[in-house]
Amino acid sequence: MTSAPAAVEARNLSKEFDGRTVVDRISFTVPRGTTFGLLGANGAGKTTTILMLLGLLRPDSGEARVLGHDMERDRFRALQRANFSSPYVSLPHRLTARQNLTVYGRLYGVAGVRRRIEQIARELRIEDLLDRPVGQMSAGQKTRVGIGKVLLNNPEVLFLDEPTASLSPESATWLRSFLGRYRDSTRATIVLASHNMPEVEAMCDNVAFLQQGRLLEQGAPSELIRRHGKQTLEQVFLEVAEAAIDQRRGPGVEA
Amino acid sequence: MKASLGRIGAMMTRYTYLYLVSPIRILELVYWPTFNMLIWGFMQEYLNAATHPAVFAASYLVAAVLLWDVLFRSQLGLTLGFVEEMWARNLGHLAVSPLRPLEFVGALIATSLVRTLVGVGGAGFLATLFFGFNALELGVGLALFFLNLVIMGWGVGLVVCAILLRYGLAAEALAWGALFVLQPLCGVFYPVSILPDWLEPIARALPATHVFEGMRTVVQDGRLDTGLLAQAFLLNIPYALAGLAAFLGSYAVARRRGLLMSTGE
Repeated sequence: MTSAPAAVEARNLSKEFDGRTVVDRISFTVPRGTTFGLLGANGAGKTTTILMLLGLLRPDSGEARVLGHDMERDRFRALQRANFSSPYVSLPHRLTARQNLTVYGRLYGVAGVRRRIEQIARELRIEDLLDRPVGQMSAGQKTRVGIGKVLLNNPEVLFLDEPTASLSPESATWLRSFLGRYRDSTRATIVLASHNMPEVEAMCDNVAFLQQGRLLEQGAPSELIRRHGKQTLEQVFLEVAEAAIDQRRGPGVEA
Repeated sequence: MKASLGRIGAMMTRYTYLYLVSPIRILELVYWPTFNMLIWGFMQEYLNAATHPAVFAASYLVAAVLLWDVLFRSQLGLTLGFVEEMWARNLGHLAVSPLRPLEFVGALIATSLVRTLVGVGGAGFLATLFFGFNALELGVGLALFFLNLVIMGWGVGLVVCAILLRYGLAAEALAWGALFVLQPLCGVFYPVSILPDWLEPIARALPATHVFEGMRTVVQDGRLDTGLLAQAFLLNIPYALAGLAAFLGSYAVARRRGLLMSTGE
């Protein structure tokens, strides 16, 4: 009996822009039904990695696989079963939320799109936003509608770029718990990029620390905290990041 | 195939919604073709009165301006659909959906066809009312002229989209202006024989030139020159393929350079 392929695999992914390496030979595997967090400061390479996993950005070298499909040669089969959201790329502003969700529902071939939109709107508490143009929404409301788009096709893999970045603390807490319930009830896999350490610690089964495009360390949050003898994931990250900087400076160089 | 048509239909729904949320946009579809036709129609009336009928066929200018609008609107309709996605910063979302680039092109073509039929159809109807011009008098040639012009419009439109993908909205003016570079060469309002000798071969390398020459033959002699139409069709094949190759090539480059997510205002 062969086991199902991992939900997401990155094998030596690398990407350069204008001679600057933004992702440097990153490798990790995300088992199905788990949540994986890409952690790092701005410019660490989190979003670039997610875009390569989605096939939106072509890696210079390495391989990305989603649900067993090579994202260079066979990405549309995977994209049919995955979805993506980022608070930095909202849906078209002129259309209402319902119109946007209808278009994307049809692009994903969702059966009974109208019913599905109503169901998602209830679950995400965005019924009152459905007939409002996206351009007239607050950043937080756009994020919630964006999450609605992500759920349309009942994805097996959700790629979320800083999913709670523009939400109020109570909305962020609610969304984290919603995503956890979605994952548990559907056995979906979540890959998220964030620099919110407490969020990642609360949501993720495994995390990877990125700095300047390099993967510094990965593992379960509790295991990383134990291994480094720290109290929080944030403390671990700071220690790992500083050690990487020291290593790059070389011996005998004072800060 | 069914799924593919479903995705093309989804994109057409998107463009239809744009007209539903901003009905004023429908005016834009018919505004320029109508006024263009009226100006040239009155010019035609004046010339008909001032010149000998042998020099100037009665509906020559109106037919020319309507056919030019078919070419221009088909290119503009395709390119504007694409520009709309850039304005909305929606290319990234579309690129991570199951929509294939060829399906995207299919949706742009279908939308362009509808826009062209609405815009030029409305102007053609008014040309009948104001000037007694009946496009149907062009006979079967009308459909063949139309087909050749929209194919060339789509080919040019795809090249413009490829440039937009590469250079972003800084190249937006090309959406409206690209075809006007070719207008003097196409012989829309005059025979290409009046062009300088060195320009004539360039003009004859354009599919539209043969359509406009063919249109003049029908209007003046009442005869459909199948040879001209065949040349237009044969030339359109490489034009359409080159447009498609330019678009797909530019799309691949955009994937490599990360332009799909960053494109926008």
